[in-house]
Amino acid sequence: MNRRQFLHTGSLMGLGTCLLHGSGQRPESNGTGKARVVLARTAVDLRKPDLQGLGGALDRGLEALLGLPARQAWSSLFSPRDVVGLKVNCLAGRGISTNPVLADLVVDRLLEIGLKPEQIIIWDRLNADLKRGGYAIATGPDRVRCFGNDVAGYSRRLYESGSVCSRLSNLVAGMCTALINLPVLKDHGIVGLSAAMKNYFGAIDNPNKYHDHCGDPYVADLCRIPLLRDKTRLTICDAITAQYEGGPPYMPQWCWPLQRLLLATDMVAMDSVAWGIVEDQRRQAGMPSLRDAGREPSYIQSAARTGLGIADPEQIEIVQV
Amino acid sequence: MITRRAFIGSVACAAPLLAAAGRAAPAARVPGADGEGVEARYYEKLPHRKIRCTLCPRSCVIDDLERGYCGVRENRGGTYYSLVYGRPCSLHVDPIEKKPLFHFLPSSRALSLGTAGCNVFCKFCQNWEISQTRPEQLESMEISPGQMADLARKEGCPVIACTYNEPVVFAEYMHDIALMARRQGIRSVMISNGYIRKEPMLDLCRVLSAVKIDLKAFSERFYRDLVAGELRPVLDTLVLLRQEQIWFEIVYLVIPGENDSQAELTSLCRWIASELGVEVPVHFTRFYPQYRMTNLPPTPVKTLQGARKIALEAGLHFVYTGNLPGDEGENTFCPACHALLIRRLGYTIVENRIKSSLCPECKARIPGVWT
Repeated sequence: MNRRQFLHTGSLMGLGTCLLHGSGQRPESNGTGKARVVLARTAVDLRKPDLQGLGGALDRGLEALLGLPARQAWSSLFSPRDVVGLKVNCLAGRGISTNPVLADLVVDRLLEIGLKPEQIIIWDRLNADLKRGGYAIATGPDRVRCFGNDVAGYSRRLYESGSVCSRLSNLVAGMCTALINLPVLKDHGIVGLSAAMKNYFGAIDNPNKYHDHCGDPYVADLCRIPLLRDKTRLTICDAITAQYEGGPPYMPQWCWPLQRLLLATDMVAMDSVAWGIVEDQRRQAGMPSLRDAGREPSYIQSAARTGLGIADPEQIEIVQV
Repeated sequence: MITRRAFIGSVACAAPLLAAAGRAAPAARVPGADGEGVEARYYEKLPHRKIRCTLCPRSCVIDDLERGYCGVRENRGGTYYSLVYGRPCSLHVDPIEKKPLFHFLPSSRALSLGTAGCNVFCKFCQNWEISQTRPEQLESMEISPGQMADLARKEGCPVIACTYNEPVVFAEYMHDIALMARRQGIRSVMISNGYIRKEPMLDLCRVLSAVKIDLKAFSERFYRDLVAGELRPVLDTLVLLRQEQIWFEIVYLVIPGENDSQAELTSLCRWIASELGVEVPVHFTRFYPQYRMTNLPPTPVKTLQGARKIALEAGLHFVYTGNLPGDEGENTFCPACHALLIRRLGYTIVENRIKSSLCPECKARIPGVWT
């Protein structure tokens, strides 16, 4: 099922009726050449996240994405020699931040494949953001660390990519050999959508310069920086709660319990699917499309045009598990 | 030659300067990270905890917990804060000629300060390490407006210059410094891109003694492509300064192939003559490869001299070349009798013959703030 068909099947409230179960094939071996985005259902009590339920969704999702048993799938992406950075999104506080339980589950999976705690770093822009999102700052040795760019600092070198000229967080530029992008799924009042690619605005020193023209082509240009592009091996979007209006701050009146994790190795494909989900919810709520609201996330198309990933709904396979 | 950037690099000198002040201390806090900031004066509250910044023409609409384009003003729960009020990251004593202000208290010492942040994004920025950076990424000091005025007095500086980054982004701090300094007989100047809305500029005109505006080009294309700003509001600011009768000078950085055509320079000079008057000093300064424009050569000397010639032919009375030590264009000449009035070498005044604002030869009045 591609994204267009997926959206045409009706509202996301009816997701259960249009399931396409994981085929067990690796995306690169399914012969379609399509990008794959997995939507893993997780019935989570939002007040008290169910570790087992969320962990099950995570494992099912990764298995469906890569066509491998979960542990093998993790091992196919990360080696015990990697230093893995988990880029969470905590700007909006606990209401709509990457759930710490999800981050902990990812940490567990990395530990299971042989990484040591000190080889894992949970990070975001600022310590203050992380604290707002429910994370405890940890900088000591021999443990999983958690801190912001205000602790890590930024590269001395400037990285130029098209319209973008920025310093990268030292976590991206040096400390980490691999990244897992752990965004949330929400509306954004200027660039339209904040999901996979937009999350990396938290990896640079000057994101304030890149919101003009709905973030186009800035978001795409940023994600084309080779260090970011090549180190990002997996994106897991926390869409347990999603927001279709009023973002990026948390606006509970415009949130809904999507109860999904989105998994992809292609950030552009994930954003394309995420955009469709937000548009669908806006339509149901009687709101104008993002284009009509003057903030179409055209950076997604720009990213596809530059070869960063696939945005064409016809070329995206959506797998629900 | 000491470039402006190199001079800022020497800001370590500010540490003993601050110690001498006895009150200021290096900040250990991280601005913006833990609830710091002073409420901004120029913004409107919007529904859903949004605000609209009314400081500069960009008019950013900013969601809760987000910042404006400048990176130094943050919305927290529908209240807008300046994160750089009282938080300079650069502090030094410069000659006023370095700003450059050539008709304002020649050879005086200017206590010069800057913070993080800028409301444009020039690809040729000389000070990008501070201007294109957020406050939490720089070490800063805590100095209140009153402390800044005290510091200027102790250092024997009759002038405080808000400079280095774009002072518009710390407009409230600049305003209060100027207010406090004036009580001690110290004058304040703003070294700016002029990309500011009318109301805050008028507030500043009430407390400042002079303004230098970087007019970066005379085309909207240049402002759009190389500055991420607009020309029109800058021209409006210049006209406003003229109306308010505050002393101001213009600097035009001449960048090879970008803003140095004869047609553009001619249009610029004619506009200045007709809208601002022929007595406004104009400085054509030499570009050196910087930041994102390292692919271009420095401005040829003859281009700068040619620009000066165009301006003089357009009728402007005080036209200078900058970043060209030893060039004739560094000097001030009487527009009436052409006598040499001020001889300069770089930032140094070699000779100043102006007496009581008059040319010693023909007694023509020389516009400026001389005492």
